[in-house]
Amino acid sequence: MKLTLDPEYEAFRAEVAETLAKNVHLAPTADDKGYKNPKRIAWQKFLIENGLAARTIPKEYGGYGAEPDILKARIIAEEFARTRIPGPMAGQGISMFVPTLLELGTEAQKQAYIRPTIQGEMIWCQGYSEPGAGSDLAALRTSAVEDGDHYVINGSKIWTSTAKQADMIFCLVRTDPAAKKHEGITYITFPMSTPGIEVRPLVDMTGTANFNEVFFTDVRVPKSGVIFAPNKGWQVANATLTHERGMLGDPNATKARLVELIALMQAETMNGERLIDNPLLRDRLMKLQAEVYAMQANGLRITTSRLQGQPAGLAGLVVKLQGCDLNHEIARLAIDALGDLGILYEEGEHLRANGSWQWRYMYDLGLIIGGGTAQIQKNIIAERGLEMPREPKLAKA
Amino acid sequence: MEFALSEDQRMLQDSLKGVLGDAASLDRMRKIAADDVGEGSALDEALAGFGLSALPVPESAGGLGLGALDACLVQEALGYNVAPSRFLATAVAARVFAGKPEILGGLASGDVKFALAVTELFSRRDGAGVELKGGKLSGKSLLAQSVDGATHLLVADAAGTLHSVEAAAAGVTVMRTIDRTRSFHEVTLDGATPLASATPDAETMAFARLLVAADTLGAAQAMIDKAVAYAKERQQFGRVIGSFQAVKHMCAEMAAKLEPSRALIWHAAHALDIGDSEGPFMANLAKAHLAEVGTFVARTSTEVHGGMGFTDLVGLHYWYKRIGVNRQLLGSPEQARQTAAQLQGLVV
Ligand SMILES: Cc1cc2nc3c(=O)[nH]c(=O)nc-3n(C[C@H](O)[C@H](O)[C@H](O)COP(=O)(O)OP(=O)(O)OC[C@H]3O[C@@H](n4cnc5c(N)ncnc54)[C@H](O)[C@@H]3O)c2cc1C
Repeated sequence: MKLTLDPEYEAFRAEVAETLAKNVHLAPTADDKGYKNPKRIAWQKFLIENGLAARTIPKEYGGYGAEPDILKARIIAEEFARTRIPGPMAGQGISMFVPTLLELGTEAQKQAYIRPTIQGEMIWCQGYSEPGAGSDLAALRTSAVEDGDHYVINGSKIWTSTAKQADMIFCLVRTDPAAKKHEGITYITFPMSTPGIEVRPLVDMTGTANFNEVFFTDVRVPKSGVIFAPNKGWQVANATLTHERGMLGDPNATKARLVELIALMQAETMNGERLIDNPLLRDRLMKLQAEVYAMQANGLRITTSRLQGQPAGLAGLVVKLQGCDLNHEIARLAIDALGDLGILYEEGEHLRANGSWQWRYMYDLGLIIGGGTAQIQKNIIAERGLEMPREPKLAKA
Repeated sequence: MEFALSEDQRMLQDSLKGVLGDAASLDRMRKIAADDVGEGSALDEALAGFGLSALPVPESAGGLGLGALDACLVQEALGYNVAPSRFLATAVAARVFAGKPEILGGLASGDVKFALAVTELFSRRDGAGVELKGGKLSGKSLLAQSVDGATHLLVADAAGTLHSVEAAAAGVTVMRTIDRTRSFHEVTLDGATPLASATPDAETMAFARLLVAADTLGAAQAMIDKAVAYAKERQQFGRVIGSFQAVKHMCAEMAAKLEPSRALIWHAAHALDIGDSEGPFMANLAKAHLAEVGTFVARTSTEVHGGMGFTDLVGLHYWYKRIGVNRQLLGSPEQARQTAAQLQGLVV
């Protein structure tokens, strides 16, 4: 057990903290909204140049080009969470597509996509789910038929986050309808401006359209967009999903929210009493604090396993389920603590924290579902973590 | 950075598991629960042979000088086997009397055996409580632990000071609890002379609570292991019940809650070991958290076993009761959370 860092790393932490403190005025604020916002792009470029974003992506693709170092990555994440300065961009292109491309893409694909993506100038969406294929992703039916050096795509996708803003899509299509469920799927990328694509925003419970329906009618796309190999898309998608689940349970982000909640409960009063002085609310707060500390310590265990090149086992498999649920519970307590003012939303003099707790209480429920529902996570924990038997296949009628 | 058990710690864990596997079999626990004194002493001897009493005593006093994390691993193993032991009392006494080599030496050699009578620090009832007057201790302490075979008692007075008194100076009555593997006593003092006294700091009390949490961790892990093993064996509707998703999900939920709790215990113990200011409040959070997670696991594991879980036949109830009693020992989860809030300065 050694939680202290070697001097080299402590020096690195100090360096990161100093860079952030000195340049915080460059960081975007809540007012700098939207994709391709100049302030956000400038900040992202600054972070890349200083090794605080796209750190291990090779220089020739626009990254910082550092050797992978789990501890340095961790320190950077911790410093952003601690200082609450806006961190690197984390869209699906950056967090999921770029790592996949680095692993399995061709040189030309890497050259074309990585630089603009990590700089926030090329937005991606993930075209996996379909109306008939959510948890059962491999049941997808959107078809891609060969036509010379092109595919012609027909079908539709749903729940596609940021499709409206996206320049590009990484998409799963069925290229071999005769093959087994998992074997006829291809992972392909193409521009969202290709003729025949229609995007219809889907308003979710937050009141905004965070995701969309996407329809493909005779969409002709070049075969050069295929990642890895035709009919091998399932393996590629699995590589992406690992990145997605890791992103969806970050204990540093959760801890930062808890700190925010504690500050809220210390500052806000009801009937002249600080919320933190209400024993029932405080008890709930301490319950959640215990879980946050447990998840954080669990994260330390995972980091150590990775440093030692060992599989993280159960400690790794439980992160998405526990982490996403915990975020939702933190938001729930914030709203309960605010009491009747907790029901306000969007605007108004009495709204607290810009309505962010209400927004999170709703949006976080989506994150419990997205990237694999809680039930699917439990299947994974039971079958891979506890080695319990798989559900027997239904007998063919 | 390394957040993992050391080679030595894994060896300690493994060898203690081996000893307990033989010396604390379910068969023996049943006999102990039926008040078979001989079986209780056989277990005590095996644990003494392992050198349990010397582990938490500093090397300078003839002990092994192991820290809070090591102590948690020991207590976890005891909980895993629902084994009664005075290890908790010994470890707490070793901290309370850290500056008193004469007491520590006796602890390390096993000649001095402490019982723990500190319940009134957390929940004092009408008619109970020990007062120090004119240098003598009088009064009652409820639910004292490890009284059987003790040479000394570690007694809390109403002012929160801990005293060592000779066990012979106390009148004791058994208090029956739901957990029959461990014994609890009502202790009566009538003008007993303190042999040594010390005021415990926040770290000491947090450490005591953390050990109870570690005990629950072990007991809960045992209940998950038993549930998973049972689910892979028991057949219904022509297939093993572990292939039914409802059953799998019960097991997955238990594991998902317990696994981060294990990391929390390690973290809190390590923080106490290095004197990190977050140590005491993390230990209190851990006490409360394991009480909640343990209760969930105790219930769910029993459900996975179906009617069998409710019977005396598989003995699962020993773990259920161990967890239930730990939940209340040395302070309820609500009390531990209140302490955690105070230690952070969130409330006065
Ligand atoms: C906020 C958000 C963002 C998203 N972003 C994207 C995106 O950008 N791109 C994209 O492709 N997709 C996206 N998704 C889709 C997401 O991956 C799916 O919603 C998710 O995988 C669940 O599929 P479904 O909605 O079809 O639910 P269903 O699969 O129909 O599930 C309905 C219920 O049945 C349960 N269930 C289903 N199968 C099983 C089983 N085997 N065992 C137990 N229970 C089961 C589920 O747990 C759930 O409770 C997003 C979803 C959300 C909520």
